[in-house]
Amino acid sequence: MTGVQDKTRLNHGIDLTSLDRVQAANRIENEQIALEVENLDLYYGAKHALHGVNMKIARNKVTAFIGPSGCGKSTLLRCFNRMNDLVDGCRVEGQLKLDGKNIYDRDVDIAMLRRRVGMVFQKPNPFPKSIYENVAYGLRLAGINKKRVIDETVEWALKGAALWDEVKDRLDDSALGLSGGQQQRLVIARAIAIHPDVILLDEPCSALDPISTLKVEELINELKHKYTIVIVTHNMQQAARVSDYTAFMYVGDLIEFGNTDQLFTKPSKKQTEDYITGRYG
Amino acid sequence: MANAADEIAAAMPKTLVAQDTRGIQAYVRSGSPYVWMTAAAIAFAFIITLSLLVLTASRGLPHFWPADLVQGRYQPVGEEAEPLLVEIRSREEVSSERLKGAGMQITDDKPLHERLLVKVANRDVYGADFRYLLSDWFVERSEPENAGVFERVEWGNFHGFLEGVEENGARVADAAQAWAAFDERLERADELRGQIRDIEKGGISSINYELEQLRLDERRLQLKGRTRENAAGDYAEIDEQRKQQQAHYEELRVELDKLKQELARDTLIVKTVDGSEEKLPLAKVLDGYRPNDMGVFAKTIFFFRKIGEFVSEDPREANTEGGIFPAIFGTVMMVIIMSVIVMPFGVLAALYLREYAKQGFVTQSIRIAVNNLAGVPSIVYGMFGLGFFVYFVGASIDRAFYAETLPAPTFGTPGILWSSLTLALLTLPVVIVATEEGLARIPRSVREASLALGATKAETLWRVVLPMASPAMMTGLILAIARAAGEVAPLMLVGVVKLAPSLPLDGDSPFVHLERKFMHLGFHIYDVGFQSPNVEAARPLVYATAFLLVLVILALNLSAISIRNRLRERYKALEG
Repeated sequence: MTGVQDKTRLNHGIDLTSLDRVQAANRIENEQIALEVENLDLYYGAKHALHGVNMKIARNKVTAFIGPSGCGKSTLLRCFNRMNDLVDGCRVEGQLKLDGKNIYDRDVDIAMLRRRVGMVFQKPNPFPKSIYENVAYGLRLAGINKKRVIDETVEWALKGAALWDEVKDRLDDSALGLSGGQQQRLVIARAIAIHPDVILLDEPCSALDPISTLKVEELINELKHKYTIVIVTHNMQQAARVSDYTAFMYVGDLIEFGNTDQLFTKPSKKQTEDYITGRYG
Repeated sequence: MANAADEIAAAMPKTLVAQDTRGIQAYVRSGSPYVWMTAAAIAFAFIITLSLLVLTASRGLPHFWPADLVQGRYQPVGEEAEPLLVEIRSREEVSSERLKGAGMQITDDKPLHERLLVKVANRDVYGADFRYLLSDWFVERSEPENAGVFERVEWGNFHGFLEGVEENGARVADAAQAWAAFDERLERADELRGQIRDIEKGGISSINYELEQLRLDERRLQLKGRTRENAAGDYAEIDEQRKQQQAHYEELRVELDKLKQELARDTLIVKTVDGSEEKLPLAKVLDGYRPNDMGVFAKTIFFFRKIGEFVSEDPREANTEGGIFPAIFGTVMMVIIMSVIVMPFGVLAALYLREYAKQGFVTQSIRIAVNNLAGVPSIVYGMFGLGFFVYFVGASIDRAFYAETLPAPTFGTPGILWSSLTLALLTLPVVIVATEEGLARIPRSVREASLALGATKAETLWRVVLPMASPAMMTGLILAIARAAGEVAPLMLVGVVKLAPSLPLDGDSPFVHLERKFMHLGFHIYDVGFQSPNVEAARPLVYATAFLLVLVILALNLSAISIRNRLRERYKALEG
């Protein structure tokens, strides 16, 4: 995926002549599956927030969730690392399998799950520590204390998050001194430093300016070679630009799920078409 | 609907220029009364605080300034004249009726007469340090340059004229060289006194302490049922050590006697104002100076030297002379021990209340109960401390670990540990509330960030939340210190005394003696001010001690505040 191709797909016009089309035409049935959602229902107290969602997330691909505000896309994303457990009165039914193991089984250690399924939040949330310590945080949690290993990993993760060149001379400065875009890339570096299998991105660019957004999007394209990525976004162009598969959700229902090109060019459901053409949302 | 819209339109201005800029309504609307009100409130608070400091300082500090000595003749009507050499401490106007009522024969018809409060010193001669004189009757005043003030170990100051110095009973200097000889010999005496103090405080008190420990060791053996017959070895060891200590004591005593003899070598011959000659052994004289002969510069140096002595020396003569170092030390040490106790307890309690406890009726009730604890009068905490800590916990500790000293209590009596614990209890609510507020302010996003990286809740709390809440904890500590350092009432029940023979921290192992009683600035103010036999001498000391107490609290607070600011800088809250 190159920048040139990205530009041709701006404004969710899909470049059907490119080589990309062949890949994009891939069907989920042909992919290796990293995550599998089966009949997932979620309740906030009495409120039924997700209704029997079924979907598969392809390994080393980018899957985007789109939909109007309050449709449950973030809620669904937060099921993947059980972040919803923190919400009082939240109840989940059904199964969500990571490599075949239901993560809602009783014997699952949530801390271990979250080490394998990393997450980046809507607003950059670095710790009030140095840049170095932010990236090293997950490593130290995992009991890695060798300075050499941590040094190497911090550099690797910051390079991986395309931030190294900007911060290599001030690793000991507070992370709070970075710009919003830098902070978000730092948070991504922090997430990849512990080598997760899956990275969840919850509207990672909504608090960023266009240039930072572009950088993060480029980063996502890089990262998908190593990680399975699930991204929630408000921005349909962004979904079209960065994702391989897209799920459209509406009021707790998964309306349509398929490969991105197809979903944006030939949506099979009326609701999807209305949404992507801007008739509501 | 149309009506509402019309009404609004009518109320809205038609122009951009205000019509009414002068009326009272416009003035109120402009907000300036509120600005004035708020500014006045802060100015009032500031002025009150400042005047508190100025008052205590201005009443207390002049005590250390060398007052001039005034010689004169006091000639009350119908009484014999009396020569006096005095320091004038204060002047006041008193009505003639009152003076007549007091039995004075006022002959003129002035409605007001000036009355002087003077320090006559020479308590051993006059019986009291201070006297009131009617200014009109104190005549032929002069300020002789050779008039001297001698600070003595006992009986307060002595006013007089140095006539000569004797060495072993033989006159070595007469009036002309007396002051030079005195200064030189005083230096020698100070040095000897220092050596004596070192031996008494360092050597002999250590030996006493060791002997007491040996006695307790022996008693311990007896309690275990081991007699001189069945545990001869242990006893022999104790006896051996005791013999060593006693031998050491003999050595020190000989040395001490020698020093004391040397110190007793010199004697001052001082002529009092009525012409009689007094002999002052130099061993009993701590300082001597001629205030009328001192320039402003010399007086300033003297002033700061006296302040230095005040904060660094032990008190003398029922706390009316000497310094208040043990009280400063006790106050600071008590506050530090209290902080060390209250912080972990308060933080843990707040953590549970805010982070772990299920928020509901019970938690809310506990929170309200904790907040209400802050309103319980401190003397009630004192009662609790005495009943629970001293009589129950302390007595139990004694029975379990200090059986050999019984019936003399070790921990079963008021002491600095119980005082610190009582005040820790008293300040616990403040720390809990402040910490809870700090915890509540940590953004959810940062906690989620940590959890999403595979941290457990405990790890998140320990590594992220607590450090970020540390400035709030320091705020709690600052409030706790401010409250604890000024508290006196409960301490009177659980550990404060007017004179403690030794500090709770010294060179005898185990170095920190938490069971000891201690002195405290707040209690010292009360004691000197209300329990002192020498009211006039004590008054400036009350102010000076109060001033110092404020300064100590200020210093403790400032150090806590500087730590908090550093933490704040480090854990700046996330924006947005």
